[in-house]
Order: sequence, then structure tokens, then C-alpha cells
Amino acid sequence: MSRKNLLNSKDIEIILHRLACQLIENHDDFSNTVLIGLQPRGTFLANRLAQLLNTEYAIKDLKLGLLDITFYRDDFGRKDKPLAAKTNEMDFLIEGKKVVIIDDVLFSGRSIRAALTALQSYGRPEQIELLVLIDRRFSRHLPIQPNYRGRQVDAINKEKVLVTWAETHKKDAVYIESL
Amino acid sequence: MSELSVEHLLGIKYLKPNDIDVIFKTADHFKEVINRPIKKVPSLRDTTIANLFFENSTRTKLSFELAEKRLSADVINFSAGQSSVKKGETLIDTVNNILAMKVDIVVMRHGNVGAGVFLSKHVDAKIINAGDGTHEHPTQALLDSYSIREKLGTVKGKKILIVGDILHSRVALSNIFALQLQGAEVKVCGPTTLIPKYISSLGVTVETNLKKALEWCDVANVLRVQHERMDIKYFPSTREYTQLFGINKEILDNLGKKIVIMHPGPINRGVEITSDVADSNDAIILNQVENGVAVRMAVIYLLAQQIKR
Repeated sequence: MSRKNLLNSKDIEIILHRLACQLIENHDDFSNTVLIGLQPRGTFLANRLAQLLNTEYAIKDLKLGLLDITFYRDDFGRKDKPLAAKTNEMDFLIEGKKVVIIDDVLFSGRSIRAALTALQSYGRPEQIELLVLIDRRFSRHLPIQPNYRGRQVDAINKEKVLVTWAETHKKDAVYIESL
Repeated sequence: MSELSVEHLLGIKYLKPNDIDVIFKTADHFKEVINRPIKKVPSLRDTTIANLFFENSTRTKLSFELAEKRLSADVINFSAGQSSVKKGETLIDTVNNILAMKVDIVVMRHGNVGAGVFLSKHVDAKIINAGDGTHEHPTQALLDSYSIREKLGTVKGKKILIVGDILHSRVALSNIFALQLQGAEVKVCGPTTLIPKYISSLGVTVETNLKKALEWCDVANVLRVQHERMDIKYFPSTREYTQLFGINKEILDNLGKKIVIMHPGPINRGVEITSDVADSNDAIILNQVENGVAVRMAVIYLLAQQIKR
């Protein structure tokens, strides 16, 4: 197995700042916007962005939810190893709100499809956008594209994109692993 | 680990401690789901479930049906009273006829002990035992433990008293297995005629004095006297039973401590428990009912996960 470093912590920091600025461009003071990180791995990115918006760009009272999509996936009973559900932290409704779904890697698009279904349980939003750190081209199973992307990569299906965060792996980095 | 070690839920005695852990963790998520404005998830939209009730039931049947519908499964219901069982059809024939309609999971209540185990050996579907005679009622025991865990934080090390008709109670037996699996201490209390002779071989202690038993426990799970299962008289009169084993406010007030009161229902108010106790803040009877849906959703979800698609 070989591993190639795609982004280091400095690259990720620059990307996070850019994504934060792009969000501000479209969402102004975020008074009608909610950020929703997908469990489990999208939550790190969502927390980081929320923190950055708060400390560096003075966005106060930002609404951040963490959404678990396990029960909405379309591969129930089709995986060798079943997935365990994670906690949902959605203490608000999204009726009439602008929603930004946040995940680390966009691959087949199926997680995002599940997230769109899951969000229906919380009301009818005004619009939904998608923000991802890594957008893997050429691997989509569904017509889903991000509105904000950190970096686009052309990884073949056999390769794996691994995002590590300082919170869990000591440092921020993105790798491409080929098996 | 997020999988069950069993293929069917036939009884608590077939489970391992980790299974209970997995079920409770999954139930936590479903409890959150059923408290949302939209209380439904689409996970089981390709699954069909038959609820076969050869014995009467209100709460368990409704609870299972609601759990199934909240998981988006297709549900068919069957009650023995209105069926061909009365015309002499055997259990396997009845069930195989239902399975021919492409059913994936069977939830069954039956008057005979071991009916679930028997069925699991002869038909190709996941079986969930919703009560087999006086044997086991695993989902009730799971929701009881889940409710204790919710109220007291943990089941481990707690002292749980089961009061009443232990002899005819499948709830008692499943509860004993489930509580011991989680490291709780169990004591049973009731008229000696309604306590099985060799119950201490299960590792539980017996107390016939209700006051002493209540002083010992953290939680009292009060059972109903099952007149319908009694072929002979086990105690002189209902009035005498109430005087010796009925739980009222006065006894509880004199304990000098708070204990949690549980009851699997249906309650005979004024017999095993008085209304003021059943409706008090110490009673978690309605929490048990709410948790029943979440726990059953978890069990069905985890078993449905194993179905080959």
C-alpha cells in the first residue's frame, strides 16, 4: 500500500479560510443560515469552520447541527459490516432556512442523498448547499455536485482518500492511499 | 461492535452482554428519532414484518406495530381469534402460508413455551419472540432494563426486586436473565405458591416479606396476578393478596428512601399496586411504554440488518 500526501496542515488552513470567506460571500451574517456537519467525519470540518467563522470573521450565534444519516442510507443490509449510528445533534428546525451540508469527502454522492432525505424530518429549508473538503471527480453514482469545494482530486476507484484531523490523528492532513 | 450475536430474538438467555449494549445504544438513537416532529426513518422500506399474535395483547402488539411503522417496514397483523388456527391448521402451516407472501420477519406471541424456538428451526425468517407462554418475553425485559438505565444511569450493581406472580410470569424470567447479564442483583417477592420451587438456582434470592424486600431494593418491578393462567387457587383471596403483597403509598413513605416503581402492564389498580403509587413521580410505568417502541425499533433494525439482500 502506498500513501501520497495531498494536503498538509498549512494547505488545509488556507483552504478553510477560503471556504469561510466563500460562505460569508453568500450567507452574509448567517442569520438565516444553518451549518450541518455529517456524522461522523464531516463534523470535524463543520466544527472547524464554525470556529473559524466565529473567531476570525466575527460571525456570532452561528447555528451548527450534527446530522447522522445511518438510518437513511440506501445500503441497509448490503454492507459486510453494518455501520453503527452516531448521535444526532439537531436542536433546531430548518424550516425556511438556508442549509449548508458539510462533509469531508464527496465520493459516490450517496451519503449526501441520504442527508437530503434525513433533513426532510426537520422541515422544509429555503435552499440546501453542499460544502466538501475533497471532491473526488469521476466517481459519482448520483447527479450531486458541491457548491463549495476545498480541493478537487482525480482519484481512481481503487484509491482511497483519507482525511485526518488534529482532534483524532494529531495533525491535519489529506492522503491518497492506493491499495 | 454494532451487530447482534444471534439470528433471532427468542429469549434473553441466548444473548451476550454485548448484545444488550448494542441494542441499548441503537435504542438511544431511535428514542431521539421518535421525539422528533417527524418520527420516521426509511431504513426498512424493503422489509415486510408479520405480527402473529396467538394470544391476546394490546400494548405489546401496538408497540411492535408502531416500531415497525416508524422504521418504514410493511406490516401485516394476525390474531388467532379470527384465523384458520380455529379450523385446525398447525403452527408451521400457518406461518409458512404467511411466509409464502414474502415476509422477512415474524413477531410472534404464543401460549406455548418454546414456540419461537420451534418456529426458528422450521421456517426461513427472522423470529422475534413477543412472549411464549410462561417462558420468556425478551423485549419487555430489554425495555425494563433500558428504563432502569435511563432513570438510574446504569443497571450494574443495582438491586432489583420483582414482586408478584413469578410462577406464571415470562416477564419475570426474562427480567432475571437480562438484569443478571448486566450485573444487577435480583430478588423476587410474592406468595410462596407463586414462586417457582427452584428459582434460587437462577441466582436470585427469595423474600416473602414485602416490607423487607422493599427496604432492600433500588427498583421494584411489580407484576400482575395472572388469573387467566391459574388452574387452581394459589392464594385465598385477592383481598388477602393485596394486604400482603400490594404496594401502597403508606409502605413506600415508611421506607425512608425513594425507590423506582415499574409495572409491565396491564395494571390491576388496587390489587398489586394502588392508583396513587402507579401515578406518582416514582413510577416510570409510562416511560417503560415509550421506551418499548425505541427498544423494539432497535431489535427489529439490528435483526433486519442481517437479512441477505
